[in-house]
Amino acid sequence: MKKYILPSIKLTAVLMVLLCVIYPLFLAAVGKLTPGGGNGETVSLNGKVVGYANIGQNFTDDKYFWGRPSAVSFNAAGSGGSNKGPFDSAYLADVSSKIDSFMAHNPGVSRASVPSELVTYSGSGLDPDISPDGALVQVGRVARARGIDSAALRALVLSHVQGPFLGIFGPSKVNVLKLNVALDQKK
Amino acid sequence: MQTELLGVIVTFVLVLLMAFPLGKYIAKVFQGERTFTDFLNPLERLIFKFSGIDPHRKMNWKDFLKAMLTINLLWFVYAFVLLLFQGHLPLNPDHNPSQTPDLSFNTAISFMVNCDLQDYSGESGLTYLTQIFVVTFLQFVSASTGVAAVVALFNGIKEKSTSNLGNFWNYFVKTITRIFLPLCLVVAIILAFNGTPTSFAGKDTIITMRGDTVNVSRGPAAGMIAIKHLGTNGGGWFNANSAHPLENPNYLTNMVEMMAQILIPVAMIFALGFYTGKKRFAYVIFWVMTLGALILIVPSMVAEIGGNPAIAKMGIAQPTGAMEGKEVRFGPAYSGFWGVMTTVISTGSVNGMHDSYMPMSGTMQLLAMMVNGFYGGCGVGILNYYIYIIIAVFISGLMVGRTPEFMGHKVEAREVKIAALVTLLSTFLIKGGTALAAYVFVHHPDVGWAMKPTAWLNNSGFHGFTEMLYQVTSSNANNGSAYAGMTGNNVFWNVMTGFVLILGRFLPIIGPIAIAGLLASKKYVPQSTGTLKTDSLTFGAMTFAVIVIITALSYFPALALGPLAEYFSVH
Repeated sequence: MKKYILPSIKLTAVLMVLLCVIYPLFLAAVGKLTPGGGNGETVSLNGKVVGYANIGQNFTDDKYFWGRPSAVSFNAAGSGGSNKGPFDSAYLADVSSKIDSFMAHNPGVSRASVPSELVTYSGSGLDPDISPDGALVQVGRVARARGIDSAALRALVLSHVQGPFLGIFGPSKVNVLKLNVALDQKK
Repeated sequence: MQTELLGVIVTFVLVLLMAFPLGKYIAKVFQGERTFTDFLNPLERLIFKFSGIDPHRKMNWKDFLKAMLTINLLWFVYAFVLLLFQGHLPLNPDHNPSQTPDLSFNTAISFMVNCDLQDYSGESGLTYLTQIFVVTFLQFVSASTGVAAVVALFNGIKEKSTSNLGNFWNYFVKTITRIFLPLCLVVAIILAFNGTPTSFAGKDTIITMRGDTVNVSRGPAAGMIAIKHLGTNGGGWFNANSAHPLENPNYLTNMVEMMAQILIPVAMIFALGFYTGKKRFAYVIFWVMTLGALILIVPSMVAEIGGNPAIAKMGIAQPTGAMEGKEVRFGPAYSGFWGVMTTVISTGSVNGMHDSYMPMSGTMQLLAMMVNGFYGGCGVGILNYYIYIIIAVFISGLMVGRTPEFMGHKVEAREVKIAALVTLLSTFLIKGGTALAAYVFVHHPDVGWAMKPTAWLNNSGFHGFTEMLYQVTSSNANNGSAYAGMTGNNVFWNVMTGFVLILGRFLPIIGPIAIAGLLASKKYVPQSTGTLKTDSLTFGAMTFAVIVIITALSYFPALALGPLAEYFSVH
């Protein structure tokens, strides 16, 4: 084994130059050409940065669209899910109370039209999106809270729906932060 | 729903189509034939010259393993020390602390063995220095170690009679320069242009629309996430792994990351055929593995799309399926697919939290890791499968009453003993480790350790047991995914899984290489009409049966106590 020690050390050193210096620095340079400059893409409202496009935020006011519940309180420096088993009784009670709270804030909405993503924790705790159904079911509440026409609001939501990738792959979604920014810009 | 299923199907078909030409290319690289990447020759010569390595020196199986184990030991010591002192070293803009000795021990081993079990959170448990110089580095070299090892096996299968299994250094370096680095650049650049950070800037602080102050962790993640998948490593830059919206920003990156992790394990199967000239043999392996993978994938996808029956009772809609622990941009169909694929292949990256998956999915994920040979990790998947082949050859020999032969070499007591030991090892480690943990949890819940066993688990009952079973199974399979509700960062789990990791990695590499070396050095027996044809579908079915029987006998009781009990308590 002894005769392999020196080659091992030297090989490790030279590979480190390639893999730990040249490779990441090259990618950092390429990243500068990307939309967010390699720092992540931000979203602004009235010229002020109010968040990252891909990082979900906490919205609880009736006049904003709500995103997914977060098990880490939207802490973008410590992502994670609830990690609760699907049949855990405390967890199910939690979901049940989230449904009740949603129903209380959204009178006139039927339970069957509430998609489960609005009352279940996302995997990252930072999910920026909800489904189009998840946004549309909140239109009545937001329109009332803002005193605006719900048909116009519905149109705004629909204009923020991002369809499947290339039109054929994966689910449709709505970015909650961008939608809420558009709401505030509208008035 | 159609678009979600289409995404899964196209990912799978596309990557299988790409794996074929890549396998051809990989075979050429290791045969030393001309390829379009020959412009890298001078770089490789420079690396060998600097390191004082003669890449043409022949190695027998013992030399090959010695070289491999020496450099791995070196990496372990190096990584352990760096993690232990990372808090005092540069490139730490977030001022994260050093790791404790037991956590460093676990982390260093975990990344060295291509597992990437993470008992820390990426955002606060590492620095940019250790993310790059420990984690990314080990992700490259551990994957390349696996690929180099399987090329030694190829040589053993190809040659009629030889003691030469090739040169470890040569295969190892070429795996990095010719396979991983070019592919990683492609994947990393796609990620970067879709929103994954690449800069060295530290945490950002923003004021949200509501007026909350939120810190956003970032860092040069794209390069690491590329090798994390291509090298079937799986350890995430962020805690939420590929569920994190910066680590996996959209459906395109999701498809790319999934394809990246399937690509090389499947390409290695085709490379086996091209390299040894035994193409039929490779195709049979490919179909058995693909069938095995599909049998595990389908029930999980059905369960996730079906949604959580307990939530269905509450009267709300689950139009896409079970959403707990999943992300809207991927959807439950893809997350169900990913969850099993990442365990079939020993990647262990997740795009949804496995702890919250349906019990049917948990069963499939555990089975995938227990078999660990339906595709499997880079290189090591075929090594694991080779052990099943040797056992299938042995049992077939017993059935027809002839001395078993494989590729023109008599399989005798010594080889079969090694194969049996490697097989028994994983069931011993998984069940032994879980039993030990369960014993401590039940009988010593309040031991005065830094973390009392009673605080380990995030769930009770069957699901709590599954959290422990999953942790040990994932360690043994060098997978790295976790039921993340279980807190593994304490002395008991860090040390216990550390040993499971190291044994579960190296014995299943040493065993097959030793068998291949021993077989190849035997006298070549020409094929006769009585020879068992190992490239036939019948033999493929035989191997599949061996896998099913071994797995069922070894693990059914453990599964019955965990996810199966949970399933039947509701259904």
